[in-house]
Amino acid sequence: MERFVFLTFDGLSKGAVYAAFALALVLIWRGTRIVNFAQGAMAVVTAYAAYSVTAASGSYWAGFAAALLGGLLLGALIERGVMRFVEQAPHLNAVTVGLGLVLLLQGVLGMIYGNEYRPFAAPVGQEALTVGGMPLVSPFDLFVFGTVLAVMVLLALLFTRTATGLRMRAAAFAPEVSRLLGVDVNATLTLGWALAAAVGALAGMLVIPTGLGLHPTAMDLVFVTAFTAAVVGGLDSPAGAVVGGLAVGLVLSYVSGYIGSDVTPLAVLALLLVVLLVRPGGLFAGVRARRV
Amino acid sequence: MTLLRHLAVAAVAGVALFFATYQLDPFRNYQLATAAAYLCAVAGLTVLVGQSGQLSLGHGALMAVGAYTVALLQNAYGTTGPWMLAVSLAAGALATTLVGAVIGLAAARLRGPYLAGVTLAVAVTVPAIATTFDEVFNGDQGLPVYVDPPPAALGRFFPNERWQAWLALAAALVTMVLLANLVRSRFGRTLRAVRDDEVAASLAGISVARVQVLAFVVSAACAGLGGGLLAVLAFSVSPSAFSLTLSLFLILAIVVGGLGSLAGAVWGSLLLVLLPQVTESVTDQLTLSPAVAQRLQGNLPLAIFGLTLIVVMIATPGGLQGLIRRGARALARAARGLATSLNRRKVGT
Repeated sequence: MERFVFLTFDGLSKGAVYAAFALALVLIWRGTRIVNFAQGAMAVVTAYAAYSVTAASGSYWAGFAAALLGGLLLGALIERGVMRFVEQAPHLNAVTVGLGLVLLLQGVLGMIYGNEYRPFAAPVGQEALTVGGMPLVSPFDLFVFGTVLAVMVLLALLFTRTATGLRMRAAAFAPEVSRLLGVDVNATLTLGWALAAAVGALAGMLVIPTGLGLHPTAMDLVFVTAFTAAVVGGLDSPAGAVVGGLAVGLVLSYVSGYIGSDVTPLAVLALLLVVLLVRPGGLFAGVRARRV
Repeated sequence: MTLLRHLAVAAVAGVALFFATYQLDPFRNYQLATAAAYLCAVAGLTVLVGQSGQLSLGHGALMAVGAYTVALLQNAYGTTGPWMLAVSLAAGALATTLVGAVIGLAAARLRGPYLAGVTLAVAVTVPAIATTFDEVFNGDQGLPVYVDPPPAALGRFFPNERWQAWLALAAALVTMVLLANLVRSRFGRTLRAVRDDEVAASLAGISVARVQVLAFVVSAACAGLGGGLLAVLAFSVSPSAFSLTLSLFLILAIVVGGLGSLAGAVWGSLLLVLLPQVTESVTDQLTLSPAVAQRLQGNLPLAIFGLTLIVVMIATPGGLQGLIRRGARALARAARGLATSLNRRKVGT
């Protein structure tokens, strides 16, 4: 029982990060119908930026801010510089360009920082607090919950309460009509990519301290897991991404706790396959005719 | 007729390569062998992606299946006779075919980014499988692979690399002939029909799912053979040799060569082998500190590959073979124009 409770909290904490990362994927998918396969590599780039800034300034929070700002910049840069050319092309082209970005970014990071794992600090302790003799949650888990919740609330406010959010939703829903009504669709796409990359950068900051450390490929498995989370919730639904992220986090935590941490990638693959084969539109999809 | 032509091309290429292996030094022969091993997998993948329209990011994992099968068989029975290597390679291809059939069954129901995501998940599971079944696959360390030395009939001082090149080239030539015929056959036409319009294809009586699974199975067999050859060439297998990066390299090779083009697969495979060496010799020219040089060594090719992939995909989605075809067509047009103008002049006089 004790173990189960601990694993549940651990799973929810991991799940919150997957939810944030899945949300970043969903943001881009809704705007451009592209699954950004470079999302993981982009998050690692911002994490390295944070690492360097923290090392230079001695302040974790300076690095944290650098990661988020770097995410905004990198997202906008990649949308303007690369992805714009494949947004209208077949799926295959966008996926391939994303993979090219993965190779490019990981290669450049390897050239600058080398291919060894670097310790990546967390702002607060990662030792679990014991409540009544039962290890429950670590301060870092609480930090994760707080940050992810804050981001979700901010994004929800942005999309439902501001004119910019309305424009972004309109541009994603009906680009042609929005353009006729005076929405700068190109600018909203760039803004969407920037926001998504910043959310991805945040997820990277929250997940890398719990793993082996900072490495150019540190986010590969996280990307696959978050993709699974997004698919579980349905790629079109931000709320689904959050629920999917938490669900995937719980499943993986139980699998790694009761079976072994080595098999988690296999569990991700199995989960992804089952969801796609049984409910291809995600668990929350309504009945919809398949477009062919 | 097509079969005869493909056989003739393969025979000419085989003879030319046979003599080439006598001209090349051992290092070049080893590179040739590696390129040939890649070619098996790349050719299979280009048929899958280019002709049937299914993207697979998991072919590096399929190569690992072939490689580990070959390693286990060779270590158990490798000393029983010179024919055992062929049996191991065939078994490696067969085992990969079975795995490919399982993945293909799932893949046939998936489209676009979903298929890419699932096959990506397959690619990242390789190290997990190797460490989970530790006692069989020996975790991150991997396995050594026992391979017989070249047959004694070739002489005592016959270089091992030349023998390896012969093995890999023979396998690659057989694969290329089989695939070339497949692409030109009725099956190849149904593949392209499914790729271009699934609804029209199924209205014409083609079973879309069956064709897609078959395409996946064929390309998996090729990947298994290629992976088995890589294990034989390196005398070892380990998860790090079949990482996600390998899968991405295969994608790069088919995109740069030209999606769906078997000739393009040749260019792509050569690029995979030659570019890392070129970058290495360039960085050797610069005077760098050992630490910097070591960082550049593995990562500069990675960055260049990535940049190439992006640029090719955006600028010339047809790849090298597309450029060559376009160039040839322009030349032919220019020649025809010249000929007519000459004729006209002749008529005029």
